[in-house]
Amino acid sequence: MNKPLRRVAIFCGLLVLALLVRVNWVQFVEGDQLKNDPHNRRVAIERYSTPRGNIIVDGKAVTGSTTTDSGDFKYKRTYKNGKMWAPVTGYASQAFDANQLEKLNDGILTGTDDRLFFSRTVDMFTGGKQKGGDVVTTLNAKAQKAAFDGLGNQKGAVAAINPETGAILALASTPSYDPSSFAGMSNKDAEAYNALQKKNDPDEPMLNRALRQTYPPGSTFKVVTASAALENGLYNGVDTKTNSPLPYTLPDTSGIELKNEGNIPCKDATLREALRWSCNTVFGKISADLGNKKMKAEAEKFGFNDPGINTPVRASESIFPEDNRPQNAMAGIGQASNRATPLQMAMVASAVANGGKLMKPYMVDQLVAQNLNVVQQHTPQEMSRPLSPENAQKVQSIMETVVKNGTGTNAQIPGVTVGGKTGTAQHGENNKDNPYAWFISYAKTDKGTPVAVAVVIEGSDTLRDDIAGGKLAAPVAKRVMEAVLEGQK
Amino acid sequence: MSSSTTNTTTIGTIGAPSRRNTELAMLVFAVLIPVFAYINVGLAKDGSVPAGVLGYSLGLGLLAAVAHLVVRKWAPYADPLMLPISTLLNGLGLIFIWRLDQEHSLGKAMAPNQLMWSTFGVALFLGILIFLKDHRVLQRYTYISMVVALVLLVAPVFFPGVNGAKIWITIPGLGSLQPGEFAKIIIAIFFAGYLMVKRDALALASRRFMGLYLPRGRDLGPILVIWALSLMILVFETDLGTSLLFFGLFVVMLYVATERTSWIVFGLLLSAGGAVAVATFESHVQIRVHNWLNPLELSNGGVTETAQAMYSFGSGGILGSGLGQGYSRLIQGIAPKSDYILATVGEEVGLAGLMAILLLYGLLIERGIRTALAARDPFGKLLAIGLSGAFALQVFVVAGGVTGLIPLTGMTMPFLAQGGSSVIANWALVAILLRISDTARRPAPAPAPSTDAEMTQVVRP
Repeated sequence: MNKPLRRVAIFCGLLVLALLVRVNWVQFVEGDQLKNDPHNRRVAIERYSTPRGNIIVDGKAVTGSTTTDSGDFKYKRTYKNGKMWAPVTGYASQAFDANQLEKLNDGILTGTDDRLFFSRTVDMFTGGKQKGGDVVTTLNAKAQKAAFDGLGNQKGAVAAINPETGAILALASTPSYDPSSFAGMSNKDAEAYNALQKKNDPDEPMLNRALRQTYPPGSTFKVVTASAALENGLYNGVDTKTNSPLPYTLPDTSGIELKNEGNIPCKDATLREALRWSCNTVFGKISADLGNKKMKAEAEKFGFNDPGINTPVRASESIFPEDNRPQNAMAGIGQASNRATPLQMAMVASAVANGGKLMKPYMVDQLVAQNLNVVQQHTPQEMSRPLSPENAQKVQSIMETVVKNGTGTNAQIPGVTVGGKTGTAQHGENNKDNPYAWFISYAKTDKGTPVAVAVVIEGSDTLRDDIAGGKLAAPVAKRVMEAVLEGQK
Repeated sequence: MSSSTTNTTTIGTIGAPSRRNTELAMLVFAVLIPVFAYINVGLAKDGSVPAGVLGYSLGLGLLAAVAHLVVRKWAPYADPLMLPISTLLNGLGLIFIWRLDQEHSLGKAMAPNQLMWSTFGVALFLGILIFLKDHRVLQRYTYISMVVALVLLVAPVFFPGVNGAKIWITIPGLGSLQPGEFAKIIIAIFFAGYLMVKRDALALASRRFMGLYLPRGRDLGPILVIWALSLMILVFETDLGTSLLFFGLFVVMLYVATERTSWIVFGLLLSAGGAVAVATFESHVQIRVHNWLNPLELSNGGVTETAQAMYSFGSGGILGSGLGQGYSRLIQGIAPKSDYILATVGEEVGLAGLMAILLLYGLLIERGIRTALAARDPFGKLLAIGLSGAFALQVFVVAGGVTGLIPLTGMTMPFLAQGGSSVIANWALVAILLRISDTARRPAPAPAPSTDAEMTQVVRP
């Protein structure tokens, strides 16, 4: 009977071996994944076991922590002026996990990040409690306030960038929400959270429009089309005639006319005049003449069709479509399937303002350990060069004309050179929904170009013409630029 | 003489060392480790050495000492590792249960009761060693065992189920009993006795077909009866674990008794067929399988126990959170102290600690099989392999279920998990194995001096 006994012994050994392999799999191979699973309550317990690190703007924390008595959790997140900062901070809730900076930098804020290993070890020996580190943002409190107040009760978003570095200065989205309202885990928090969900509030207050919503960019996209014309040598200058007819018929169609807004002097206009008056006919024709491939290539240099723009909060992908000739002509004036986030359009303005060099947008400058050691410092990075310096000068000059005596006069700031472009994007079938009012601009002083901004306002019924961008959005952009310039003095 | 002591397959027959001192040394560790663990939990939870530590260490020490002395006196040649391993696992189990008692969300304290049951278990262990002089006595009770085992297996059907499984006998005022744990031992006795008698018939009277020896139709009877019985357990008591255990046990013992691989093939075919058949109409089996395949799935927006156990294991990582510092209390519901106790082990002492515990089980199982190898009588061999095999299957089914290797079944981890029946039955199981190993290793009585030998001696002047 010993032979089968030995085999049974081997079989039992294999059973134990299978168990050993399995526990290695669960605890080692899948261990970290299970440990950090959002449904694993330990994540939240640890997150709120110590006062959480803060998110810093202009040297001051916009977040805080307070003690609670809610079961497993010792602390709860608080926010200062939460509605204004929500698009930057995101939320951290005991019951509903976290998102955006709160989530992406959770390791630093909670104090469990590997980069804090040293200070944690020191804490262990000195008997200090584990503490979270801080996330220092690039945001400008005054610009953010100007943006948030400027949007007021309207639905819309603002993104402002420092063109020279790519640092994000303002990121506002309205209507907004106060992340404090559901930071805990009581029934009240749950009610507040549910009320903010899309199904209960069609205005989607929790949507970060500045980064995560794409809109048809409308006429503001003409800046990209003008850049494409210059970069591809379609015209040698911004003041040469563009040889464009009026009326202009879309290519490959049986006489569908591309119309301008009102009776404006677009026949054979120069690029300067065409941008000043926002001529659909001229830019539609440019796009058609260059063709879809070249237009797409230029748009991509500005950051379109890139799904990985991480600020570190990931921006939605802006789209310049691959399309047929008439659709491509429409895309050239920011319509058709052309979609852009407010951040994307701020990047367009900033690339032009920065001499054609697009800097990678970012909003976290430093990660700082509790002992004030900097564990990570962002260095500005060049993302691409959509324009040569000479062509950038030319585009700047025509954008400045728009503000000086074109559709964007509402953005003028005395003593400061401002370049901009208005836009009013149609949306809905047959333009039946309210249009989006756009304005993109930058401000330049003798000290440099400190700010580029994009504003979008989901418009009201009253304004359907191209003035909407200049009337609704330009004043907001102006306030943001002024706030940044004021801080420079 | 020296050659027989180094023989690895049959433990030496003459003059083999008793190994009692080895056992004593091991027992010291087996008592000290849980005592340290106890202190560790207290320091982690309250920052102070728990008040009960003296009582606990004296109690565990006393149990171990008495057990050791009884083994020394009544089973001096018994295997030296089984008692220390059982003591260590039981001691650690008490600590983990006490540790979970500190979590108020998990209900009333269970460690004091578990300590009481452990004492009863050790008492039964001592009783078996003292009064069961020879395991072959059990052979006389083959058919009585069968009846008792059947009664124990069927009885829970007549009692209300607890948490979806009918594996309990509830005696009002006294508490409840899990008869399956005892049936495991008794049915091993029955199989051993039955197979010892029938093995030749089963092994030899067979036809060869496609390389396999097929048993005669009438010899197939017993295996089909056991198969039907285990399926009935599954259907009427909704107890996947016990069902698997009995059928597996039977197949293993049949294989050992007859040395015919065809039994294994038959066994696998029958169990696979039965499992598929039952799974198609038994919803609770389907739920178990579904949870096994999707361990992290939310149920009604909430995290399931299965998922909580997985999170426990994952959060423990390689070294664990430290005793008393984990959050296995998040495994709410019915069984954090019994079925899911391994999750607490995995979280608090980590992969390293859990592997150590699993290896202890492995060692105990292999010592049991070694006893079977060493046993000199077929009944002893069959009984030892039956008991070790049942123990191995139970460990695999429970640990595999909790870690997500196989679908979860409602059984308890021997010695470690909370549960009176389990701990008492397993001490009895170890006692019988020790008795068999003592008989196996006991030196044969010295042969009487032969007068013939003297006469043929060549005498040189």
